[in-house]
Amino acid sequence: MIRFDRVSKRYASGREALSGVSFEIAAGEMVFLTGRSGAGKSSVLRLIALLQHPSRGQVQVLGKDLSKLPQSHIPAFRRQLGMVFQDHRLLIDRSVFDNVALPLVVAHTPLADLDKRVRAALDQVGLLDRIQARPLELSVGEQQRVGIARAIVGRPPLLVADEPTGNLDPQLSREIMALFGRLRDAGATVVVASHDMALVRESGLRQIQLVDGRLADGGVAP
Amino acid sequence: MSGWLARHLQALLFALGRLVRAPWATGFTVAVIAIALTLPAGFALLVESASRVSDQAATAIDLSVYFKLETPLPEVQQRAAQLRTRPEVSTVQVITAEQALRQLQQDSGLAAALAALGDNPLPQVISLRPSASASGPAAIDALRRELAAWPQVEVVQVDGDWTRRLTAILALLRRLALTVGGLLALGVVAVVGNIIRLEIHSRRAEIDITQLVGGSPAFIRRPFLYTGALYGGLGAVLAMLLLTFGSLLLATPVSQLAVSYGSHFALAAPGWREFAALLAAGVLLGLTGAWIAASRQLAALHPRFES
Repeated sequence: MIRFDRVSKRYASGREALSGVSFEIAAGEMVFLTGRSGAGKSSVLRLIALLQHPSRGQVQVLGKDLSKLPQSHIPAFRRQLGMVFQDHRLLIDRSVFDNVALPLVVAHTPLADLDKRVRAALDQVGLLDRIQARPLELSVGEQQRVGIARAIVGRPPLLVADEPTGNLDPQLSREIMALFGRLRDAGATVVVASHDMALVRESGLRQIQLVDGRLADGGVAP
Repeated sequence: MSGWLARHLQALLFALGRLVRAPWATGFTVAVIAIALTLPAGFALLVESASRVSDQAATAIDLSVYFKLETPLPEVQQRAAQLRTRPEVSTVQVITAEQALRQLQQDSGLAAALAALGDNPLPQVISLRPSASASGPAAIDALRRELAAWPQVEVVQVDGDWTRRLTAILALLRRLALTVGGLLALGVVAVVGNIIRLEIHSRRAEIDITQLVGGSPAFIRRPFLYTGALYGGLGAVLAMLLLTFGSLLLATPVSQLAVSYGSHFALAAPGWREFAALLAAGVLLGLTGAWIAASRQLAALHPRFES
């Protein structure tokens, strides 16, 4: 599903964010990407989402060598990814429904199907009753759950989450991790970047640990 | 409804919604575009009105063939009969020396002086008008030279110099209207392009998210193109209203001025044909400005992972 082969990423500033990182994540697996701030977690997620290209090495996602993917195929590739952001990235002038529907709208989903799937996704995150609310009317936890609903509404085979529980209390964090677990059980591959070590340990899942841009542990799928 | 149509309708309604939600900004932009379209369109309409008068005048060029004094009337009438059979000649009229003298006596008030003359000093004249298809400068000149070569003819006079001057002036004005129109069209493209550029900047977060969830460049660009087309279209509608209002306001004074010069010149009011052309021009210019700005700006935008 995901394969990093001796991947390095050096930014224009000269800072090397990743250095010779190799790991594999199998289809249907849920893993944590851990490390301190600046360890390279976000760089890994950016490379997976094709927001950047590696300086060296090869990145394969969903069976595709991303360095060989033509520019015109990138939107279709991203539609197979569900992305959850630490800062939610919601459109504040749109309703919860419109925010969650966005991936389906860009994928030209028929209207009747779109409505059904948005409601189903909001039901999964427990926000069906806030469907017409605007993001600023919601709590931080609710906003995060809207972001998750948006990520899962297209039923992507790969879900990538960047610190999804960063702003949430422990109870809500566990609920969200349980939701990710259900998605994994339904067949999705889930990659969660987190520095919440208590949550990681509690989950008992494999962690790919980065230290100063280098792989410290957990590079090989069990 | 097909998916393609639904997508375009959605983008159109979205663009329309954004314009309606900002009525003042939309109003000012539409007004600027309307003024830029009204000026060349009004100028073109004026030139068009004058051209109609000029076209009528162009087919009203008369040639006066003055015969030598000793030419007998039957010979002149025979020549007139010959001319009537020719397809390039529309009308032929013989003005005899006696008719010309009587007319002169009536019009000049010199009846007594003219009566004192022993012989009639006026020649026989054929006045002819070429047909519309033979009213071009070259055809008229060829006919003039042919008639002047007849042995009985003293001189041939063409009464059309002023129409040639008018035609030349109108050609110049038409060229001027095109130049001004071209410059103002560029202005419309620049105005719409700049507005779309600012719109893209103000919606950067939305574009980011749309790119991240897999929105194609066409999907992201589409609402901006509709916005540009709507600006151009609305500007054209307002320009049409301004033109109609202006032509109604000026019609009477222009007509009165023309009558005082013995002309039937009337200002042409814009019709459906002009409206369709103006609307097409407005939409096309708005679309062009939006396309240039959206293509350039969006190509330079790459989604950000962190906000």
